[in-house]
Amino acid sequence: MAIPDNRVVVAARGLTRQYPGVKALDGVDLTLRAGEIHALLGENGAGKSTLINLLTGAQRRDGGTITVDGVEIDPDGPGGAVRAGIAAVYQEITLLPNLSVAQNLYLGREPTRWGLVHRARMNREGGALLRRFGLNIDASRPLSDFSTAVQQLIAIARAVDLSAKVLILDEPTASLDTAEVQTLFTLLRSLRDQGLAIVFVTHFLDQVYALTDRITVLRNGRLVGERLTADLPRLELVAMMLGKAPTAESHLSRRPASARPAGAPLVRAEGLGRRRLVGAFDAELRSGAVLGAAGLLGSGRTETALLLFGVETADEGQLVVDGKPVTLRSPRDAIRLGFGFCPEDRKLDGIVAGLSIRENIVLALQAKRGWWRRLSTAQQHELADRYIKLLDIRTPDAEKPIQLLSGGNQQKALLARWLATAPRLLILDEPTRGIDVGAHAEIVRLLEDLRDRGMALYVISSEIEEVAAYSDQVLVMRDRAPAGLLEGEAITPAAIVNAIAADHHGRGAA
Amino acid sequence: MSAFLLARLKAARPQLALLILALLVNVIVAPGFLDLRLQDGRLFGGLVDILNRGAPVVLLAVGMAPVIATRGIDLSVGVIMAISGAVAAAGVNAGLAWPAAILASLATGLVCGLWNGLLVAVFRLQPIVATLILMVAGRGIAQLITEGRILTFTEPHLIAIAGSTLATLPLPVVLALAAAGLTGLLVRATALGLFVEAVGTNPRSSRLAGIHTNLVLGAVYVWSGLMAALAGLIAAADIKGADANNAGLWLELDAILAVVIGGTSLYGGRFSIGRSVLGALVLQAMRTAILRAGLPPELNLVLMALVVAAVLTQQSPAFRPLAQSLAGRLMARRKNKEAQA
Repeated sequence: MAIPDNRVVVAARGLTRQYPGVKALDGVDLTLRAGEIHALLGENGAGKSTLINLLTGAQRRDGGTITVDGVEIDPDGPGGAVRAGIAAVYQEITLLPNLSVAQNLYLGREPTRWGLVHRARMNREGGALLRRFGLNIDASRPLSDFSTAVQQLIAIARAVDLSAKVLILDEPTASLDTAEVQTLFTLLRSLRDQGLAIVFVTHFLDQVYALTDRITVLRNGRLVGERLTADLPRLELVAMMLGKAPTAESHLSRRPASARPAGAPLVRAEGLGRRRLVGAFDAELRSGAVLGAAGLLGSGRTETALLLFGVETADEGQLVVDGKPVTLRSPRDAIRLGFGFCPEDRKLDGIVAGLSIRENIVLALQAKRGWWRRLSTAQQHELADRYIKLLDIRTPDAEKPIQLLSGGNQQKALLARWLATAPRLLILDEPTRGIDVGAHAEIVRLLEDLRDRGMALYVISSEIEEVAAYSDQVLVMRDRAPAGLLEGEAITPAAIVNAIAADHHGRGAA
Repeated sequence: MSAFLLARLKAARPQLALLILALLVNVIVAPGFLDLRLQDGRLFGGLVDILNRGAPVVLLAVGMAPVIATRGIDLSVGVIMAISGAVAAAGVNAGLAWPAAILASLATGLVCGLWNGLLVAVFRLQPIVATLILMVAGRGIAQLITEGRILTFTEPHLIAIAGSTLATLPLPVVLALAAAGLTGLLVRATALGLFVEAVGTNPRSSRLAGIHTNLVLGAVYVWSGLMAALAGLIAAADIKGADANNAGLWLELDAILAVVIGGTSLYGGRFSIGRSVLGALVLQAMRTAILRAGLPPELNLVLMALVVAAVLTQQSPAFRPLAQSLAGRLMARRKNKEAQA
C-alpha cells in the first residue's frame, strides 16, 4: 500500500478549460505521487477527458498551473508533455496495426546505422524491452497479429519507455477479459513499485478498489474530492460521483404507488442478454408505469435499451410482447411493435442535423408509413406545429434547421418524433442530460403526463432523485449485469445508490 | 403550384445565373446562337443542340444526385453506359427484336446498379472503392461483349433513340427531361427524398428512426445504374454503334461535377434533381462555347478542371475561414497604406 507522503511528481492546480457556453473544467486540482496508482473517476461530462487532455497537451488550458517535479510546464502538444515525462495510453489503441511491434515501439526514434533504420537492432531491443514488461513475443511481427490485450501492453511499454514519470491510462480495461485484466494489473503494480505515477481512468469500481491507492472524483467539471482508496467506502464513492448524499431526503415528492393501478403487462424481458454487451436481465414494462434504470456509466444501462429496441440483437433469453415471444433484429422491428427510443447521444444518434425541425419530427412516423405513403406537406406542417405547441418547443418556426435549437428543445423535438408515432412503449436514455434546469423539469413533467395517459416508459438516467421520484420499479445495473430490482416503497435514492455501490458479491456496501 | 415553382426557381438562382453566363458566352462567340427554326417538324438551333448533346450527362446527373446525397458516389456510370450500349448492339446483331434489346440493355444497367448497391449497403464498402471496382472491370466487360471492335448496327428503331424527333424536340432531349421529371416526382411525391437526405446526413439516427437505411442506399445505386444504361443507349444510337473503349469515357466526372454545381454537397444531405440538370446544362453550354470559339477542345478539360476546383474549394469547410482571414489581411494592409499616406 502507498504511503500518504510519497514524493509529488505532478501538481496541477486550478486547471480551467472553457468551451463556448460551458466550463468543461473549473479550477480542478490533481496531485500525482511517485509509486502510486491514482484513480480518476466521474460520470459522463465530469471533465475526466478534458483534464487528461490538458495534462498531455492535447488541449491548452485557460487557467491554472501544472508542475512536474516542481518545474512548471505548459505543454502545447503531446510532444511537450512527453518531454516533461507525461505519457498517455488511450482506450482505442493509438498504435499502427500494419507496422511491426518494434516499429511501433520506436516510431519516430528508430535506432539507425549509417543514417538508415537498423532493423535488426530495433527488433532485438524491442524484444528486450517487452520482456521487461513480461511479454515474450517476436517484435518483428506485425502489431495486428496480437490481441487487444497484448497491444495494450505494447502501448504501455512504448509510453513508459518514452517518458518514465507519469503514465495515464484512459479506460485500459474496457475491452479486456478477466484474465487479461489481471495481467495488466500485475504489470501496473510492478511499474508502480518502480516509482512510476500512474493515472487510471475507469468506470469499474471493483477495479478501482483492487488496484488503486488514491482516488480523485470529478463532477460537472469540478473537483469533488481526493481520498485514499483504503479510507473511502464504496457507498461514499458512488455518492461523490453522483453528487448525492446517500442519506439526504429527496426533494421530489413521490406519489404513493397505490394511487396508480398497475397497467397491463406489455413487454417482458426474460433473461435477455448479449455476449460482450450486457449480461442477462429481467424487466417488465407495463402501460401507465415507469421502469427506471440506474447505474454508473458503463454499467450496461444503455445496452439494455439497445436490446429492447433491436439496435443490437439479443443472443440469450427472450423478449415477450403482448404475451408472444418476439425477436428484434432491427429498430424497424421494434417500431412496428409500437416502441420508440430517444437515445443518449442526441447529436450522434438523435437529431438529423441539417434537416428542419419539421422533417426531424415527421421522420419516424414517415418511416413507419413507408416511402410510398408520403405525409403531405400540409400534414407535415400540421404535425410539426401541433407538437411545437404541445411540447412548447422554442423556435420561430418549424422550418429552422434542428441543430439551431438548444439541447432541451432538441430533446423535445425528438420526443415529438416518437409521440407522432403514438408509441405504446417509449425508451428514453438520459432524457435530461445536458439540458438546462428549466427544460429539465418540463421534460420530467412531460414524462409523468405520458405515463398517466397510459404509455409504458423505460427511463435510463443518472439523476438518481428523479428516477426514484417517478419510477414504479428501478432496475439497477452494475458491471454490465443487473444488480437488483427495486419496487414500490423500497425505491429511495439511498437504496439506489446502495445497490449501485454494492460489490460484485451482491453485498451492500454500507 | 406557381408558388411551388417560384420557390424552386429562387433556390436555383446560382445555377440559372451560371447557365445564363455560359449561354451569353455562346452568343458572343456565335451571334446566331439563340436563333431557333422549325424544319421538317424538328427544332434546330444552339439551344436545342445544347439540350441534345447534354442529354447523356443530364441522365447521369439525375441518377448521381441521390447517390451523392447519401454521401456516396458512383464512379461506374460512364462504364455502365459502355456496357449497356454493347448489350443493345450485340443483342440486335444477334437477331434480338429491338424492344428486347432495349430491355436487356436497361436490365444490364439495373444489375450493375444492384451490384454497386450491394457492395455499398450490405458489404459496407466505401462507395468510391465499391464503384471503382465496376469502373475498372466494366470496360473489360464491354470489350468482351463487343469483342474489342466497334460494334455497328443498322436496326432503325435503335438508331431512332438518338435520331428521331418527338414534339419537335430530338428524342434524347425528351427522354432526358422525362427521366428527370420522373425522378423528381419519385423523390418528392414520395418520402424517398426525405429518406435519402436523412440517411446522407445521419445514417445512425435514420436507422434508429426506423428508416431502412440499407434499402435506401441500395436503391439510389440501382436508379443511377438505370439512368446510366439509358444514357448508354442514346450514346450508342448516336454513333450507330457500341464503342466499348470510348462510350461514356470520363462522363462520371461530368455527372459528379453537374451535381456539385447543382448545389449538392459531397458530404451528403440536401439535393435537387432540377438543379443537377441545370448543372449538366451549364457544362454542356461551356463545352459548346469553347468549340464554337474555335479554341482547341483540349482547353475544355482545363477549363472544366478550373470550374471543379472553384466549386469544390468554395464548398470546403476550410475555405471560408481562410477566405475571411485573407480578406481581413488585405483590408488591414489597405488600411495600413492609407494610414501611411
